[in-house]
Amino acid sequence: MTAATQTPAAAPSPVLTFLKQPLVVALTLIAALLLLGEALSPGFASGQQILRLLIVAALLGIVAAGQNLVILGGREGIDLSVGGVVSLSAIIGGNLMNGADSGILPAILGCIAAGAVIGLFNGLGVTLLRIPPLVMTLGMLGVLQGLLVVIRNGIPSGRAAPGLSQFVTQPFLFGLPGIIWLWVAIGLLMAFMLGRTVFGHRIYAIGSNEQAAFMAGVPVKRTRIALFMLSGAFAAVAGMCLIGYSGSSFANVGEQYMLPSIIAVVFGGTPLSGGKGGYTGTMAGAVLLVVLQSILTTVHIDESGRQMVFGATLLILMLFYGRGRAMRA
Amino acid sequence: MTAASLPSSKPGGLKRLVERHPFLPALVIAIVLLALNGLYQPRSVSFAGITGLTKTYLALMMLAIAQTYVVYAGDIDLSAGAIVSLVNVVIVVTMEKLGGSGFSVVAALGIGLFVGLACGIINGIVVAALRLQAIVATFATSIFFTGLALYVMPVAGTPAPAAFWRTYGGRFFEIPFVYFAVALLAIVLYVLARTRLATQLLAVGDDAQAAYQSGLPVTKTRVQGYALCGLFAALAAFCITGDTASGDPLVGGKMTLFSVAAVVLGGSALSGGFGTVVGSIIGALIIGLINSLVFFVGTPSEWQNLVQGLAILVALMAGILVGRRARA
Repeated sequence: MTAATQTPAAAPSPVLTFLKQPLVVALTLIAALLLLGEALSPGFASGQQILRLLIVAALLGIVAAGQNLVILGGREGIDLSVGGVVSLSAIIGGNLMNGADSGILPAILGCIAAGAVIGLFNGLGVTLLRIPPLVMTLGMLGVLQGLLVVIRNGIPSGRAAPGLSQFVTQPFLFGLPGIIWLWVAIGLLMAFMLGRTVFGHRIYAIGSNEQAAFMAGVPVKRTRIALFMLSGAFAAVAGMCLIGYSGSSFANVGEQYMLPSIIAVVFGGTPLSGGKGGYTGTMAGAVLLVVLQSILTTVHIDESGRQMVFGATLLILMLFYGRGRAMRA
Repeated sequence: MTAASLPSSKPGGLKRLVERHPFLPALVIAIVLLALNGLYQPRSVSFAGITGLTKTYLALMMLAIAQTYVVYAGDIDLSAGAIVSLVNVVIVVTMEKLGGSGFSVVAALGIGLFVGLACGIINGIVVAALRLQAIVATFATSIFFTGLALYVMPVAGTPAPAAFWRTYGGRFFEIPFVYFAVALLAIVLYVLARTRLATQLLAVGDDAQAAYQSGLPVTKTRVQGYALCGLFAALAAFCITGDTASGDPLVGGKMTLFSVAAVVLGGSALSGGFGTVVGSIIGALIIGLINSLVFFVGTPSEWQNLVQGLAILVALMAGILVGRRARA
């Protein structure tokens, strides 16, 4: 930075620009952590182990896809209800399947519909009633947690269909489990949507300047509602995959995804203010988070030490990413 | 002010009242809820009933106050609950180590305040000085604080000495202790509201750039907001320890989001620059009254959480809509 400012042209060196890209930062950190993990416990970075990490990262990454969209849309966009949707989807999916392959399709459709409807409510509250997203989705989270208690008391938690479990955990194509292919497909779809479609451009438009976007004829409200619906739908897909991964759902399985999905987005280079960033970085951010967590479970320290190191490391890693601007007179 | 210049929209008395006291809608909701509580369970509005409610929800009120000072400046603290947990286990362990006497209680409370203050300052440095995004940064510190709490007390269950919880639940001169706490709190809040810090926090939250240009130490002010938040989180921990009479390294975790909800219910804007501490206290009370009302109307136990969640969501929406109409 200082070297670049000395030259009058003020063009930062291309190498430095490349190195400061969030995606590059995340990938470098992932590589470093994998090396560290391998040094701490040999076998950490083995193919089998990395595959397992990627499956866990895919679950988080799919939730983060929806979170990413809502955050990109700006106006303090955030979705705290994703954790509730993941839990709800896992229990709805488990019951619709109830251990039978024939139930997979209805389960997928049912879950995505449920997630989208929850997202629709969030979106309506945020746009029509102009409730701040944090408040709206926080309230929705409370409702979903209550709904889970009702459902859980009425019906058993359900079981994953063997086909689904196989898709999530067993090799599907070229030795990789289906969920990783699904994640790659979502990644490509997001890249295409954000980069090449009108809808994608609208997201960036409302995220960077809602007023200007409105003046330019972007249907701001409809777009934002769609973002929340997509967020619900992605969280629902993740919930389905989660029950495939664990076999059956247990209380509040989704809670662990609420704030980590936001951190994955931030580590991926999308600032919480919205309007810039993308999903490719978020995918790397999700892998980074999961690798970090995994290293901490391999080293032998107490739960307390693990949490302290995890929290401190998150803070240090955040220093690599978009810090706020300093105040200037 | 601008509304007055328009011919058609001369602000009515009610509107001006809400404008000046943004917590009024919350107060109305709270009174209605209190009346409903009384309707379904007359004993709940008796002296003993109100005392019990205050005793249980004083901790959430304290945490809502804590959250308010941060929200004033447009920040948020997702680690508030973790600070409560940490202070809770620290004071319980200190009291146990020092033998549970009156002196040990005082010493433990002093240490507890210090721990809360330290946590708040850490948050302030991370968010204001290092300029990390408040939501993710305080989530990270909350993991750190929870780790510390687990280090101090790995499993829940160490009891607090009787000297402590007997005082909290007891009476002085026939008046329950919690009312002394409330009276002291009112004085502290009254004084705090008249300090320069409260005004500065609101100025920073309203427009940080403008505050900076008019010479306010923006970073320092935000750190002070977080420090104040840490102190009140410690007070919340004292209340919860008095109520539960034991240490639990995870006791505060669930309170964080409720504290945010209470602040919003109280009419403060999460974007900063606008709000009142009184509103947040009423907001916390609303959450408590909703919880008890759902119980009193005889909701089947498995439906209680859902009805509570729905009621809080509706109250949040109603509060924001009414508040906005008053300010528009």
